[in-house]
Amino acid sequence: MNQEITSTANKSEQPVLPARHFPHISAPMKTRHIMLDVVISLIPSVAVAVYFYGLRALTVTLMSVLLCVVFEFLYRFWLKKPSSIGDLSAVVTGLLLALCLPAAAPYWMVAVGDFFAIIVVKQLFGGLGKNFMNPALAARAFLYSFPALTAVGSASGGWFWKGIWSSVGTASSETPMALMQSGKLPSQSLSQMLFGQHGGSMGETCAAALLLGGLYLIFRGIINLRIPSCYIATVAVLTFLFPLGGNDRLLWMTYELLGGSLLLGAFFMATDYVTSPVTRGGQVLYAIGCGGLTVLLRYFGAYPEGVYFAIILMNTAVWLLDQIRPRRFGAPRFDAWKKRLSVFRKEKGG
Amino acid sequence: MKHNFFGGVHPRDKKSLSRDVAIAPLSEPPVQVIIPMAMHVGEPCTPLVSPGDTVCVGQKIGSTEHLGVSVHASVSGTVTAVELRPHPDGEPVVSVVIGNDFLDTPVAEPESRNVQQLSQQELLDIVREAGIVELDGAGIPIHVKLTGAAGKVDTVIVSGAECDPYLTANYRLMTEQGSKILGGAQLICRMLDVPKATIGVEAGHMDVVQSLRRLAQESGGAEVRPLRVRYPQGGEKQLVQTLTGRQVPPYKLPEDVGCAVFSVGTAAAVYDAVYEGKPLTHRVVTVTGEAIQKPANFWVPIGTPMEHLLREAGGCSGEPECVLTGGAMTGLPQQDLSAPVTKQVNSLVVLPADVCARTVQEPVCIRCGRCVEVCPMHLLPLYIHLYASHGRFRETERFHVADCMECGSCTYNCPGGVPLVQSVRATKHRLRFAARQER
Repeated sequence: MNQEITSTANKSEQPVLPARHFPHISAPMKTRHIMLDVVISLIPSVAVAVYFYGLRALTVTLMSVLLCVVFEFLYRFWLKKPSSIGDLSAVVTGLLLALCLPAAAPYWMVAVGDFFAIIVVKQLFGGLGKNFMNPALAARAFLYSFPALTAVGSASGGWFWKGIWSSVGTASSETPMALMQSGKLPSQSLSQMLFGQHGGSMGETCAAALLLGGLYLIFRGIINLRIPSCYIATVAVLTFLFPLGGNDRLLWMTYELLGGSLLLGAFFMATDYVTSPVTRGGQVLYAIGCGGLTVLLRYFGAYPEGVYFAIILMNTAVWLLDQIRPRRFGAPRFDAWKKRLSVFRKEKGG
Repeated sequence: MKHNFFGGVHPRDKKSLSRDVAIAPLSEPPVQVIIPMAMHVGEPCTPLVSPGDTVCVGQKIGSTEHLGVSVHASVSGTVTAVELRPHPDGEPVVSVVIGNDFLDTPVAEPESRNVQQLSQQELLDIVREAGIVELDGAGIPIHVKLTGAAGKVDTVIVSGAECDPYLTANYRLMTEQGSKILGGAQLICRMLDVPKATIGVEAGHMDVVQSLRRLAQESGGAEVRPLRVRYPQGGEKQLVQTLTGRQVPPYKLPEDVGCAVFSVGTAAAVYDAVYEGKPLTHRVVTVTGEAIQKPANFWVPIGTPMEHLLREAGGCSGEPECVLTGGAMTGLPQQDLSAPVTKQVNSLVVLPADVCARTVQEPVCIRCGRCVEVCPMHLLPLYIHLYASHGRFRETERFHVADCMECGSCTYNCPGGVPLVQSVRATKHRLRFAARQER
């Protein structure tokens, strides 16, 4: 489409201009490198999940990644579109979806999730950059509609090969988030919450591993602190102000921050480029919205964890949030707002 | 007081290739020079000579009554033709072709004038007659700029910022001819009734900052300020913002916020014209790039064919991908190397294929916001591209597409290879076209 425009523009301008166009150099960071960095930053979390849940965590993750790539390849192949698996975005989706699932999730469910993420959420809308929701999160939300998954709870397959094939529905202890929704502090100590505990999805296991990955992304310049910090700060403030069940404010807040998928969501999901605003103001509002919805859903929602739904809800508001544009260069402060107001006044008067 | 402009990128500057090579005259002067009659914004000049005429260095060979400046011969010899010849900007232009007699006969001994007693109007006339245009940029005749700015301006900015990678012409000029630049800056200040010029030099060139400061202390009348090394620091609006903290409003010029911006090359040309009576016939050109054997800075007669300059620099090594006039960020690719060096050509950059950005077949915007982060004009390039690629050009006006200064930072930084600045240019072209049709 764009090439069409350029060619017609050139036709009426001057045909002498060669096809090469400035700038003649480009920054070394390409889409593939960005995605690779995200994959690298998720490795600690996967490693911790494997340590805690055994080889099954690894097989679930690998299968999820593989299926995402295969689905993406097949879809593009059948529609005779250029293959897009080289940009590694399917790998990231597969990894993130796996980390949202418990290690004991049945394999067929992983497959259904991958299919939904790649085909329905991503490719049907036009592939990378066009989806309006984070594919992994949308798939995770879609999987909530299967009661089988909620029954899985948290299960440990053990360190044996047997664990890979072990049946679903091993004795499930209540996850920390489920306890906290009813206003009780979980039995795990704070250091357990930070460095790893059983229960919940694979990505919820170890807050420290998630922080490590998040710091790597910030250090590499892949994400900036704006979204994660505003998101976490909003959750911190709200949980500090309104602790459930008469618990100690500070303790409650810390458990809320370390528990569940908050860190996974704040560093890896809410910062997803495609489904987050590009303007500074938009990003701040988006993150605050994510935080507010997370606490709301955690306190009053039907499921113990609200992060996934909070983020995909805010994903749908991105187009609106991007309307908060930077101030026009050279224009006086609040000029755009004054103009909008003056139009409003005129309409009122006329 | 420290200010900064928003955004910008920091490509590898590659200036070390030609940074330490002193400005040298051509070892072998060109056999013929091609002097285009259009090297400025405005009307092309009418040639004053015809084939067979003998001309001297500095002789006026073209002039215009309208907006524009005179054109002067840069070598002495015989006019061999007055015809359409290729021009670095693309379309062929009426040019005076002079066969060089290698004698460099000057037109006349410059009359000695008492510069201190010249009035502002007399200075302005000298500058106009000398054919001086803005040497980096679009080529606005400098007297037009001076008359436009007179009375409105409280700050004169002389820009030594060469933010585009590879370019070292201004750096060499500042190292070698610092006193000329200061002298020219003072003359400009006198014409504009401003006590002191502000000279901005990139902080990467602290040696120049120090040497210029020393010179400025002796002569007075100039303040030298280091600038952050960041592309596009050399943009007029960015310079004004960095040095004064003022933002030039949309559709306005720097003079509307009390600033006038000139490049160091222009200041040196003003000095030459006023003190030495020399019109603008030569300029510094950097010939550089990874594909050039011996990168160098040359003192080049205007009108020298580009291929001659490439030969002077030892020719190309390997297979050059493109020859650019201007730096690697905003340079214009040249196809016909018989085109001459004009007043605006500050460099020839020859790049091999592995250095050049590759055109991406299927550009994908992943909405990473890197274009928004670097846009010095506070725009949202990805949305302009999105609307433009759906043919909704009118709606891009909401995103202030006209503010774009086409620095290319967004396209440089895009990880998906999206042709953002190309989209903006196409959109602007469409909107201009539509506006013309409405009229």
